[in-house]
Amino acid sequence: MGQGMRRIFSGMATLCVLGAALTLAGCGGGGTAAKPDTAYQETLIQQLIDAKPGDLISIPAGVYAIDRGLSLEVDGVTIKGAGMDKTILTFKGQTAGAEGLLVNASNFTIEDLALEDAKGDALKVNEGENIIIRRVRAEWTGGPKTSNGAYGLYPVQVKRLLIEDSVAIGASDAGIYVGQSQNVVVRRNRAEFNVAGIEIENTQNADVYDNLATNNTGGILVFNMPNLKVPGFGTRIFRNRAVGNNTANFGRKGTAVASVPAGTGVIINSNDKVEIFDNEIGGNNTANVIISSFFSAGYKAGEGTSETFDPWPESIFVHGNRFSPGGGKPDGVELQALRVALFGLSGALPDVLWDGYVDRAKFLAGKPDPALAICVDNGAAKVLNADLPNKAKTPRVIDMRCKLAPLPAANVAFAGPIPTESNIPAPGKS
Amino acid sequence: MIRLLALLAALALAACAPRPLEPRFIAQGLPEDLADWGMVAVREGRLVLADGAQPYELNTPLFTDYAGKLRTVWMPKGQAATWSDDETFDFPVGTVLTKTFFYPTAADGAVASGDGLKLSETGEGLDLARVRLVETRILVRRAEGWVALPYVWDDDQTTAKLKRTGQPIAMTRVRPGRSDRFTYQVPNVNQCAGCHGTNHATKALQPIGLKARHLDRDVAVGGQGFNQLARLEAIGYLRGLPARRPGGVDWLDEREPLDARARAWLDINCAHCHSPTGPADTSGLYLTLAAAGPQLGLCKPPIAAGQGTGGFRYGIHPGKPDESILVYRTASLDPGAMMPELGRALAQDEAVALLRRWVAGMPGGCG
Repeated sequence: MGQGMRRIFSGMATLCVLGAALTLAGCGGGGTAAKPDTAYQETLIQQLIDAKPGDLISIPAGVYAIDRGLSLEVDGVTIKGAGMDKTILTFKGQTAGAEGLLVNASNFTIEDLALEDAKGDALKVNEGENIIIRRVRAEWTGGPKTSNGAYGLYPVQVKRLLIEDSVAIGASDAGIYVGQSQNVVVRRNRAEFNVAGIEIENTQNADVYDNLATNNTGGILVFNMPNLKVPGFGTRIFRNRAVGNNTANFGRKGTAVASVPAGTGVIINSNDKVEIFDNEIGGNNTANVIISSFFSAGYKAGEGTSETFDPWPESIFVHGNRFSPGGGKPDGVELQALRVALFGLSGALPDVLWDGYVDRAKFLAGKPDPALAICVDNGAAKVLNADLPNKAKTPRVIDMRCKLAPLPAANVAFAGPIPTESNIPAPGKS
Repeated sequence: MIRLLALLAALALAACAPRPLEPRFIAQGLPEDLADWGMVAVREGRLVLADGAQPYELNTPLFTDYAGKLRTVWMPKGQAATWSDDETFDFPVGTVLTKTFFYPTAADGAVASGDGLKLSETGEGLDLARVRLVETRILVRRAEGWVALPYVWDDDQTTAKLKRTGQPIAMTRVRPGRSDRFTYQVPNVNQCAGCHGTNHATKALQPIGLKARHLDRDVAVGGQGFNQLARLEAIGYLRGLPARRPGGVDWLDEREPLDARARAWLDINCAHCHSPTGPADTSGLYLTLAAAGPQLGLCKPPIAAGQGTGGFRYGIHPGKPDESILVYRTASLDPGAMMPELGRALAQDEAVALLRRWVAGMPGGCG
C-alpha cells in the first residue's frame, strides 16, 4: 500500500469513528443499537465445544448477546463472521469469564467479526501456533474508560502470528497486545482510544507495519517485562502512522502502561534490537519517540525481578522516519518543567526522549559497546537525554547518530512477502 | 398355585424395589443421563453412592461459591492407580470420578454454605430434604485421556442431564444477617480445561485433587474412621504407597503455621494455572508450593493484570495486604479482575482474611 493510499485509508477510518459517534450507526459500535439476539450463544457455545479440526464456525450477520466467556480448545478451527460491522458479539451483560473469547489452540483463524464490551480481554489466544486474526474489531463502545477491559486482541505465547486489517478501540491497557510470542506480523490495523495502541511485549521477531495508531495514550509500544521465561528482541516498526496519541492515560494504576505519558508516539521500554524506520510520527504531545528502561517506571533494580532480567533498552535504531511536530505539551509537571527549562515557554521537547539509563557492566574497555547502542540517525531529529539516573540533574540534547545493521523480517510464511529494507523506498521518495 | 402367587409377589416387589446402582465405565460417547454411569443416583429422597464409588475429601478444597462437594472415585475390578509423591496419581483407563455440587437448603429457595460439611456428614449420601443438588461432574479416564462431563440436576432433584454448554443458575446464599444473590456457573466442557488442563502445551486434562498431599487425611464415614490413602490402598485402588506418607495441610486447621495454611489454599485454588506449565505461566506468577521470591509475587510487578491490579504495583507487597494484587483479586467480584477466573461468583471471605493475615505478617517491603 502506498503512502497516498494509506492516508486515504486512515482518513476513512477517522471518518468512521466520527460517524459512529454522531449517528450510533456505521463503522464501529453502531450495531449494538439493534436488539441483541440472546438465544444464539447456546448454539455458538455448542459449536465451540463440538468443533473438530478443519471446521469452519460461521456466524451470520447480527448482534449476539453473550453473558459468559467463550472458549475454544480445538486446533485447526476457523471462526468467521459476515464482517466486523455486521457480526457483533456483545458482552455487555457478561457475568462470568475473564475474556470474551479465550482460545487455546493452534492453526486458528478468526475473521470478520466484532467483540464488544468484554468484561476482561476481548480475544485472548493463549498458546498456539499459526494464528490469524483478520478483520476483527475489539471495541469498548463507551469510549476510553478505566473500567473497560484490559486487552482487545491479545495473543500470548504463540508462534507465527498474523494480525491484519483489524481494529481495537477503548482498551484500558493495550488495543492490540502481543505477548511472549515468536515471529509476528501486525499490519494494516487501526488502534484508537486505547491506553496503548499496539504493544509488543517479550516477543521475538515482530514486524509492525502499515498500522494506524492514533488517539491512544501511547501509539506503539515495545516492552520487556521481568519474571517471564523469554526476553523480547527483534521488533521492526515501519511504515506506520503514530500520530496524535494524546488521550489522557486511563490505565489502571499498577499496570505497566499506566506509566506511559499521554502524548507518546512510539515507546521502547527495556527491549532490545528494535528498528523504527519509515514511519510517520507526529503530533504526540510528550514525544514522538521515547526510549526508556524499566527503572523509569519506578521499579528498582533487583527487587521483585528475576536475576536474568535486562532492563536496559539496547541496539535500538531510529532512522528514516518522517517526524512532524510533537513534544509541545508533555504529560506531567516534571516533563513540562523540563520543556520550559530547556526549550522555553513556547518550545517543544525534541522528537526522541531517552531516559539515559545505560548498563555500564556491558562496557568494553570502559566504552559503550557500539553493537548495543541506541542510534538515532533521522535527519534533523534531536534526542533529549533526560538524565534520570542522576535524578534529571543535567538533562541535555545529545547526538546519538550511529547506524546498526537492519533487522531481518519475521518468519511467518502464511503472511506472504513481508517488506524488508531493500524493497522499502528510501524516505522522501515515496 | 401358592408358589405361583409367591413368585408373582416377588416379581412385583422386584419391580418396585429401587434398581441397584451398577457403576460402569463408558469408554466413549456422551451419555445423556448421569444415571448411565451408575455412580450416584437419587433413591428414596437421598443421593446415594454405588458400592465401589469410594467417597473422599481433600485436606484443602477448591472454593466454588460455598458449594458442598461430594467426591467419589471408582475403578473397574482389578485396576489401581499408581502412586506419585507430588503429582496427580496415575489412574488407569476406566477410572470414573464424580463430584456432586450441592447446597444445604434454606428458607424461600435460598441456600446456605455447604463447603464446611465433612465426609462424616456426606460420605453415606445426601438427604434431599436438606440439600439441593446442583450438578454432578464426571471426570472419566478414557483411552484418549481424561474427559470432563457436567450433569445438571433438574428442579425435581431426580435426574441429572448432560449439559455440555454449561448453565448459569441464579441463587441466593444466606447466612446470619445477610443474603447474597449470585449466579452459579456450571462450566461448559471447554471451560473444564481452564482448571483441569494443567499442562497448557499438551492440553491434557488431569484431576487436581487426587494427589497425595490433598488426600492424606483421617476421615470417618458411617462412624468408621480411616486414613484415606490407606483406604484407597486397602480397597485396591492405589498401588505403591510409600511407608512414610506425605501429610497435608488443612487450610482451616489453626494448629498449622499461617504460611502453610495460606500456601495450601493457593496450591489447590490457584496452582493448577499458576505453575510453570499452566495457562497462567504468561503472568510469571507461580503459586505452587515450590515457588518463592518474585515468582510467588513478592514485590513482583504484574504482567498483564489489566483491571486486576486494583491500582497496586506488586503481586504481594510484604506487610501490606491492602496494596497487594493477590489479595485484591481473590476478593474481587469483577469478572475482568477476579481470581480464580472460573468457578466463583462470590468471594471466599475466610480465605481472603487468611491471605490478608499472611501478607500482613510478611517482613520487609517493596520500593
